[in-house]
Amino acid sequence: MSIDPQGPEVGADEWVARQAHRREYLPSWLGRAQKAGERVGWWPRLAIAGLVGLALPLLGLGGFQLQVGIDALVIALLAVGLNIVVGWAGLLDLGYVAFFGFGAYGYALLSSSQLGANGIHLPYWLSLPIVMIGAALLGLAVGLPSRRLLGDYLAIVTLFLGEAFVEFTNNVAPSKLGGPNGITAIDPIRSFGVVLTTNESYYFLLVIVVVLTMAVLRLLEYSRTGRAWRAVREDPPAAAAMTIPVNRVKLSAFACGAMVAALAGTIFAAQQASVFPTDFDTPILILIYAGLILGGTGSIAGAATGALVVMVIYDGLLRSPAEASLLFYGLGLLTLLVKLRPWRRLAAVLGATVALGYAVHAIAAAISPSAVAGGPQSTGLIGDGLRDWIIVPASPQTVGNVAFVVLICLAITLVQVKGRWRTILLVPTIYLAAFVWETRLVNEPSITRQLMIGAILIVMMISRPQGLLGQRRVEVAQ
Amino acid sequence: MSAEPEPPGGAAPVLELDQLSLSFGGLRALSELDLQVGEREVVSVIGPNGAGKTTVFNVITGVYEPSEGDVRFAAQPGSAESIAGRPPHVIARLGVARTFQTLRLFMNMSVLENVMAATYGGTKAMPWESVLRLPRARREEREARALAEDVLSFFGQRLAGYRWDQPAYSLSYANRRRLEIARALATKPKLLLLDEPAAGMNPAETHEITELIGRLCDEREVAILVIEHDMHVVSGCSDRVVALDHGVKIAEGSFDAVSNHPAVVEAYMGRHPEALAGEE
Repeated sequence: MSIDPQGPEVGADEWVARQAHRREYLPSWLGRAQKAGERVGWWPRLAIAGLVGLALPLLGLGGFQLQVGIDALVIALLAVGLNIVVGWAGLLDLGYVAFFGFGAYGYALLSSSQLGANGIHLPYWLSLPIVMIGAALLGLAVGLPSRRLLGDYLAIVTLFLGEAFVEFTNNVAPSKLGGPNGITAIDPIRSFGVVLTTNESYYFLLVIVVVLTMAVLRLLEYSRTGRAWRAVREDPPAAAAMTIPVNRVKLSAFACGAMVAALAGTIFAAQQASVFPTDFDTPILILIYAGLILGGTGSIAGAATGALVVMVIYDGLLRSPAEASLLFYGLGLLTLLVKLRPWRRLAAVLGATVALGYAVHAIAAAISPSAVAGGPQSTGLIGDGLRDWIIVPASPQTVGNVAFVVLICLAITLVQVKGRWRTILLVPTIYLAAFVWETRLVNEPSITRQLMIGAILIVMMISRPQGLLGQRRVEVAQ
Repeated sequence: MSAEPEPPGGAAPVLELDQLSLSFGGLRALSELDLQVGEREVVSVIGPNGAGKTTVFNVITGVYEPSEGDVRFAAQPGSAESIAGRPPHVIARLGVARTFQTLRLFMNMSVLENVMAATYGGTKAMPWESVLRLPRARREEREARALAEDVLSFFGQRLAGYRWDQPAYSLSYANRRRLEIARALATKPKLLLLDEPAAGMNPAETHEITELIGRLCDEREVAILVIEHDMHVVSGCSDRVVALDHGVKIAEGSFDAVSNHPAVVEAYMGRHPEALAGEE
């Protein structure tokens, strides 16, 4: 980098400092796409993403895929809201899911026959503001005792508050809240003569709501309020010395996050037409956090992207084992395409893996026909394509379990070795992963999805601790 | 920059510490401290480590509430009010800004944002106004940016335009100190508290800081209370010097008078062996 002739004389540390500010991009061609996106500006980028989302059902998405999309968008909305509290204000709020539940239960009570003789059936334009304001007040109420708590203390106290919500809905006023049986027969969203009944309509509504929320938050991020939130995250005493009322700013972050969560809750309740206490328990919270961390804490686009990725993997796997293989091989191939360089190495690894598979299959078949009698467990195109490549014994259970352990050992060895050995070892590792997948994992989606989310987060932490779209932060010890 | 001792405080002091005491349990951190800073005056606080210098700053800025005594601050001449025990952000809004001995920038925010964040107290736009880009929000945003650019340009090429969008952590150490001063200026202070502004700087940069303090006083019309260990800075910028030791004021006056004061010499160097021998 040439030294700016207009600039002052710079020493070595300043040169380093100039280099260090360079933004971090995703690896390889993803990074180039990211840079191209940045040149476009944020709102055209967001609009394009929204249009793509709206266009997806035209490709023939339907049934369970649409349901996966709806769930993913709800979690994306929650992650974007959680980003206010955790990513910007730096408050580790583990009770966030309670606001989601509050929104859902609030909408359910205002749009069902639970309350009063004939029930309350408010139109959405009326119930939504009531629920959101209620959630903001609840956020303030939770924030008031919590605002002086820092770090671990805040996390554990909010976690208790979140659990308290589940206990509350389980046990208080069962005639109204339904106890463990929840509230059923909730009205669909109804406003100005429009009633949303189909899954398509909820999908479209969610895409629009997520995009609008992201736009609102983007405008907020670089405003007076957004700067104050981030200043409080960075250094509360310094923020106070710079005229920022730290406690009030923290409370406003709690309230804003709660409002977004409540918004997500109303749509969730209306789409499901029922709410149960277990819908708002810790597993959902973990999913929201997984999405936020994967996408990059502090980044709106990151939070949404991360949540979508997590939910497509998590929900998609359970709802459709048939398409799980597509996801598994797709993600694996994508990782190799992005991370393996130079191209020669990539071609060598892919070629060697293909060759290894056919060779192993041929040898195994020659020795004992029962060794390949099982056939790939993946169905459809992938199963057919892999038939002569992967060996699956007639009774794959035990072999698959052993192979799984070996795979873990191999993966650990893989990260220990360097250079040529890593490339060579990569080939059997990939093959073994495919073997484990075909013999065991593809048939156990409820376990596999947990493993996959865990594995992705581990890989992410090692290779990109700031998350997909996040910016690396320096932590300053106070 | 005269070495002549001014009458302490002058007609209308901006800041007045009145018999200020602070105890942490049994430890008396500050003891019956009197201190005045006049308008556009530069007062240096010196003293060995642990003398209570930074504690004075923390009491003035509201981090600690004094055990006894009072802190009075005059935002306008003649309108002195007690600020003891008020919350830090309120004191900052009244016009007392500070920098920190251990740098406390918003490291992961850009240089410009660091400064603009400090305009929070001077602006009023609510979140929805910012989202809807209502007139007040847009005007305040424009003004905040103009103010930020103004205070950053005070440092000339050091914090020049191309650095504005870089995160604060990418700045060199000296520039971080400058940015902290710029951030403090964005609160539009009447009184600026600088906690060791020259710590960790090389001789050229230290000289620059000395000049800067003088310019701050003249061009920005602020009174300055500065803690500093570097005696070149202290002698170069101070109208008056106050020496502390163990929370007690041991000397006050011109730099020459204070630096030769026996109590100050003793606080820094210990007693002369002969003097000790004479006592025994």
